[in-house]
Amino acid sequence: MDPTLVLQGVLSGLLFGGVYSLMAVGLTLIFGVMRVVNFAHGDMMVWGMYLALLLSTRAGLDPYLAFVACAAALFALGLAVQRGLVDRIVDAPHEMQILLMLGVALVLENLALVAFGPEPARVRSALSTATVWLGPVFVDVARLVTFAVAVVLTLALYLFLFRTDVGRTVRAAADNTYGALVIGTDVRRVYAVAFGVGAACVGAAGALVSPILPFQPATGLSLSVASFNIVIIGGMGSLLGAFIGGLLVSVAESLGAVFLKPSLKELFSFSLLIVILLFRPAGLFGKRL
Amino acid sequence: MSALLRLDGLEAGYGDMTAIRGVSLEVRQGEIVALIGSNGAGKTTTLRAICGLLPLRRGTVELDGRRISGLRSAAVVAGGIAHVPEGRQLFPTMTVLENLELGARSTESRRRRGETLERVFALFPLLAERRGQLAGTLSGGEQQMTAIGRALMARPRLLMLDEPSLGLAPVTVSSIFANLAAINRDGVTILLVEQNVLRALRLSHRAYVLENGTIALEGASQRLLVDEGIKRAYFGR
Ligand SMILES: Nc1ncnc2c1ncn2[C@@H]1O[C@H](COP(=O)(O)OP(=O)(O)OP(=O)(O)O)[C@@H](O)[C@H]1O
Ligand SMILES: [Mg+2]
Repeated sequence: MDPTLVLQGVLSGLLFGGVYSLMAVGLTLIFGVMRVVNFAHGDMMVWGMYLALLLSTRAGLDPYLAFVACAAALFALGLAVQRGLVDRIVDAPHEMQILLMLGVALVLENLALVAFGPEPARVRSALSTATVWLGPVFVDVARLVTFAVAVVLTLALYLFLFRTDVGRTVRAAADNTYGALVIGTDVRRVYAVAFGVGAACVGAAGALVSPILPFQPATGLSLSVASFNIVIIGGMGSLLGAFIGGLLVSVAESLGAVFLKPSLKELFSFSLLIVILLFRPAGLFGKRL
Repeated sequence: MSALLRLDGLEAGYGDMTAIRGVSLEVRQGEIVALIGSNGAGKTTTLRAICGLLPLRRGTVELDGRRISGLRSAAVVAGGIAHVPEGRQLFPTMTVLENLELGARSTESRRRRGETLERVFALFPLLAERRGQLAGTLSGGEQQMTAIGRALMARPRLLMLDEPSLGLAPVTVSSIFANLAAINRDGVTILLVEQNVLRALRLSHRAYVLENGTIALEGASQRLLVDEGIKRAYFGR
């Protein structure tokens, strides 16, 4: 095995991992606050991609700028889904929550199918064709920018949660919902903010990845599965775990594609899941179990 | 003296079960009122019904003559009632300082957050030392102080506490009860739920005894301290 090839695999996996991290951070935020698993997470991401496509083809906006609008649109979608649907089942048994969220996923996927058709799409960016050489390996400038923006957005989320009053309230509700209620928190509002911000993360992730990952409506399912994988590896509800887990899973998939073949890349990431759960049943940074 | 808090015929419960029935009581401005009773009497239920954490089936709650029953807990806290709940209910993975600051929710209490924080630290100097520590790693007494401090950050007119002595060593209970007296001297009215009847009666001006969900006895704490029925039921004689 050529070491340069391995290095190339690690690097491109790492760079792609920024998007995985951002996507998983959104999922873990929603789960941490509401204890609801957003099975529509990947489909929300696909909508972020299609919005980037629309903004690119209709308005000529580069996805590396359009991600802001996509995040805002998904924030609104998340807010609507939370207020209209999830709010009614926050305290319901898990199987009811799962059914509802799977329903949302199906609706989002099929709406995308109706609107855009089943063919794979890809968004063009001015950066798509540029590459730079770093010693023996080359990197796509697009991947580099995707990674940088995703990491900056994750950091921004961290600052929001740890440095602002609203963010602290979100963390308090995640830590102890009853305690938050006792001190007079409008917990419904906190839930709406958390769901909106979680959806905005995945919307931005979708737009940022749209120039480097071909997609179609059915892509949502595999993205959801990847998100769950990452969040379980990192530890349910842990932001740091989701961030690190996103990079790990992406590198594992990338190496899987190098050592085996691209269609078997998940073999590596799920093996990683099994190995980590064997040694740390609550995930890398999970406390509860 | 006018009533700051007035409960009239409260009824509440869980599912089919009625936990409190026809509970009426009054807390006047500046008082410390104790609500005592054995396990399962309905003390916690009464406090939760007052702050909108549990829906009322019947009855009304008035704060300063204004009806607050039916309001959500956020509105009740904004109206001037802060609650130190059973089991403290802190935010374990957040620091003491964050726990305290979270207590200031209304616009007014947020505006005066720094000033209130200084008062809380003056009352509990230990919390100032521990401000950077995670609340989940505090001792039981420190957690109770944090819970009381967090409630004070809301700048309440009425402070309600649910068994602040639970699980604490006698010296710690003494110091917390001394703090409650100081808080009351600062002008905060207190409704105190306790199973530690002797201490509660010594601290309070008046008391109500809750039995099986209804008020069985009420009166001046001095008088209840020498009441034969109370002595038999609670002081083990
Ligand atoms: N969440 C709940 N679901 C069902 N029943 C409850 C619930 N909470 C309390 N109860 C019941 O309501 C009654 C009153 O309980 P409550 O907690 O108000 O008593 P308490 O006076 O605070 O007791 P303690 O001193 O043990 O805290 C009890 O019979 C209890 O079993
Ligand atoms: Mg109780």
